[in-house]
Amino acid sequence: MIDHGATERRILKTELRWAVFVGFLVLMILGAIVYAGISMHINPPSNREFIDPKTLHLSGEFTEANLGTSVDTDGQVTTRVIATQFSFVPQCVVVPANRTVTLRFASPDVIHGILVSGTNVNTMVVPGYVSQVHTEFTRTGDLLMPCHEYCGFGHSQMLATVRVVPPEQFRPGPDGKVTCG
Amino acid sequence: MASIAANDALPVPAAAPAAGEGLRSRRLVLSHFWLAFAAFLIACVLGAWQMWARSPLDAPAHTASNYFRSVTLHGVAMAYVLSTFFIMGFGYFVAETALGRPLKWLKAGWWGFWIGVVGVLMAALAVISGKASVLYTFYPPMTATPWFYIGLVLVVVGSWIWCGVMIAEMSFWKRDNPGQAVPLAMFATVANAVMWLWTTVGVAAELLFQVIPASLGWTQMVDVGLSRTLFSWTLHAIVYFWLFPAYIAFYTMAPREAGGRLFSDTMGRLSFILFLLYSLPVGMHHLFMDPEHSSGFKFLQMVLTAFVSVPTLLTVFTIAASLEIAGRMRGGKGLFGWVAALPWKNPMTLATGLAFVMLFFGGGGGLINMSYGMNAMIHNTSWVTAHFHLIFGGTVVIMYFAIAYAIWPSLTGREFASLKRVRWQLWLWFIGMMVMTIPWHGLGLEGQWRRVAAFDYTDPIIATWGPWVIVSLIGGMILLVSAVLLIWNLLPAGLGRRTVQVYRYAEAVHPPGRVPAALNGFALWNVLVAVLMLAAYGWPIAQFFADPPPQAVIHHMDRGID
Ligand code: HEM
Ligand SMILES: [Cu+2]
Ligand SMILES: [Cu+2]
Repeated sequence: MIDHGATERRILKTELRWAVFVGFLVLMILGAIVYAGISMHINPPSNREFIDPKTLHLSGEFTEANLGTSVDTDGQVTTRVIATQFSFVPQCVVVPANRTVTLRFASPDVIHGILVSGTNVNTMVVPGYVSQVHTEFTRTGDLLMPCHEYCGFGHSQMLATVRVVPPEQFRPGPDGKVTCG
Repeated sequence: MASIAANDALPVPAAAPAAGEGLRSRRLVLSHFWLAFAAFLIACVLGAWQMWARSPLDAPAHTASNYFRSVTLHGVAMAYVLSTFFIMGFGYFVAETALGRPLKWLKAGWWGFWIGVVGVLMAALAVISGKASVLYTFYPPMTATPWFYIGLVLVVVGSWIWCGVMIAEMSFWKRDNPGQAVPLAMFATVANAVMWLWTTVGVAAELLFQVIPASLGWTQMVDVGLSRTLFSWTLHAIVYFWLFPAYIAFYTMAPREAGGRLFSDTMGRLSFILFLLYSLPVGMHHLFMDPEHSSGFKFLQMVLTAFVSVPTLLTVFTIAASLEIAGRMRGGKGLFGWVAALPWKNPMTLATGLAFVMLFFGGGGGLINMSYGMNAMIHNTSWVTAHFHLIFGGTVVIMYFAIAYAIWPSLTGREFASLKRVRWQLWLWFIGMMVMTIPWHGLGLEGQWRRVAAFDYTDPIIATWGPWVIVSLIGGMILLVSAVLLIWNLLPAGLGRRTVQVYRYAEAVHPPGRVPAALNGFALWNVLVAVLMLAAYGWPIAQFFADPPPQAVIHHMDRGID
């Protein structure tokens, strides 16, 4: 006679042991992710700030004069860019290395997205919202900032430059603005 | 690993189901499979051309509009046509063979098929005409011609009929076999049908309430955040819909084909239930980089996402243990001797091994996608495209091949003319997938973004990517050769001797006699899914109504406004 009960119990025990191990593994992985997120100050864009795509260029923050990089009176660096079919306004922005920079994006038409090559700057740009990313650039030089969400036939040409300059070369003009030109 | 192996006496297998009359659903199953593989072959040709177009080499007919037309067709054919029709065809096969009786609702199955065919043709013609280059994700406010969406809705309606047939066949069988455990293959198929009904709610709501009215010109504005959220409801679970047949093959086919037994039937049931539960409330991990959600719900869904790996890890263990049983029954000794003793000439065994290797690499990559922070490095880069080609195009699709190979003799009444050619096809798919996706992952980490018709290789950063894209292109060409071999193998030209076969599924070491009701049906689990979905998606959806954001103007891609 084969003892079915015994093999069954043994199988169950092996599986349970493995299940406990798997549970433990998953908790470890979660722990590592949370720790990495907190210690590296990684925060995906989650500010949930509205802006009307139909009027954003007419008044307020995203009018032409405000676009690009500016330094306010407390020394805060903010870069504002409009992502539109099929270009960025402006096409080139200057940012200082080793200083916190706030990037703010908005779209007047369809969904776009941006990344900056070689960094973890990455956000979707969804019409109706301002997407905001805080970051610190560490390497100087020209970085690519492509649109990474399909936005129409010109999507592949939608490409901007992020010029990271050493802090001493980052000199705002009297209006607080810094441009590539 | 598993200490229970061949040296334990195993229960005697139950008698094979009586051979005799062929499958009644044979034509239905074959029609589904052929539509799936025809779409697959066309899509592979397009895929290879896309890879060429993205490379520094000159591709024929290379314009942006052709590229996006092609990517839309490739994405729709692979993600919606190959998968859905394969799954439906396989489901009908399982219902008849695992339950051991003809389908009661065979007619309904044909209705589902033809509705789906009409839908596929409508959507395909819309894309080919150039009026639907919105990619398979069709994010508003860009809209295509309404024919495209109506076609997709018809495919979904066809699949809903399939879900109804699967659920009905299981409940008829339970009524006629009170107290009996539903065979695992059928239990899993119905789990997938139930999950798919839940899954499609999100995209159906998006299409019916937002996208189709917009594309018809009835509305001028659309809440883009809401439509992305509804799409995300579908976007993760659909991946598990695609994956289910592969897992069904792991549990109920591979152990017997390898000459052994399924280690644990209970673990199979549990894994399929966990897939049903955890595939759904996690879709917002596709929106980590989106501005329309606050971090709280993103974090919650990330935690739930981590739990989706549980059923996969349970599966890896159970299947490895089952294969170990097979290897030891075949005389394999020692810690790893059983691996060598496995019948690697058997296509299902070979495909399972190759699928596990791709799952190992793909799963590692998945951990990165999943993590809240690291996602920023790779979101919308080639990393993502490479990742889902490896998991979906690799692990899952190679199991679709293996399933087709396993059941083809019982469907066609003919054996394969050359098992060697069958194995070559599987190996080439594996090699091609590795060659294509490994450099593609690397390019993603370098910042290469996805969905680009042509790269400007004069840019110094982009120029360094060129050689790797060419390696990927070589991988793509190998895949194309493999796809052609697949079709050759399955066509009458690839078949040989006549045979009469009745497909038999794997027996468990402990065949379940009776199982608790919770492991034999889905009533309880549906309640739990509802609770989880309410917790995970209740407020994220409600917020668009409680605090409506500004809407975006519709862009009609089919009217030449852009
Ligand atoms: C011959 C084999 C294949 C090749 C050469 C290939 C190549 C490609 C290429 C180059 C893209 C465009 C990526 C981009 O523009 O960023 C793509 C997209 C896609 N592929 Fe494949 N592929 C193949 C097989 C598959 C398989 C087997 C599947 C799934 C079953 C699949 C699913 C997809 C999907 C869903 C997309 C759409 C991605 C999007 O819209 O961004 N492909 N493929
Ligand atoms: Cu774009
Ligand atoms: Cu997902």
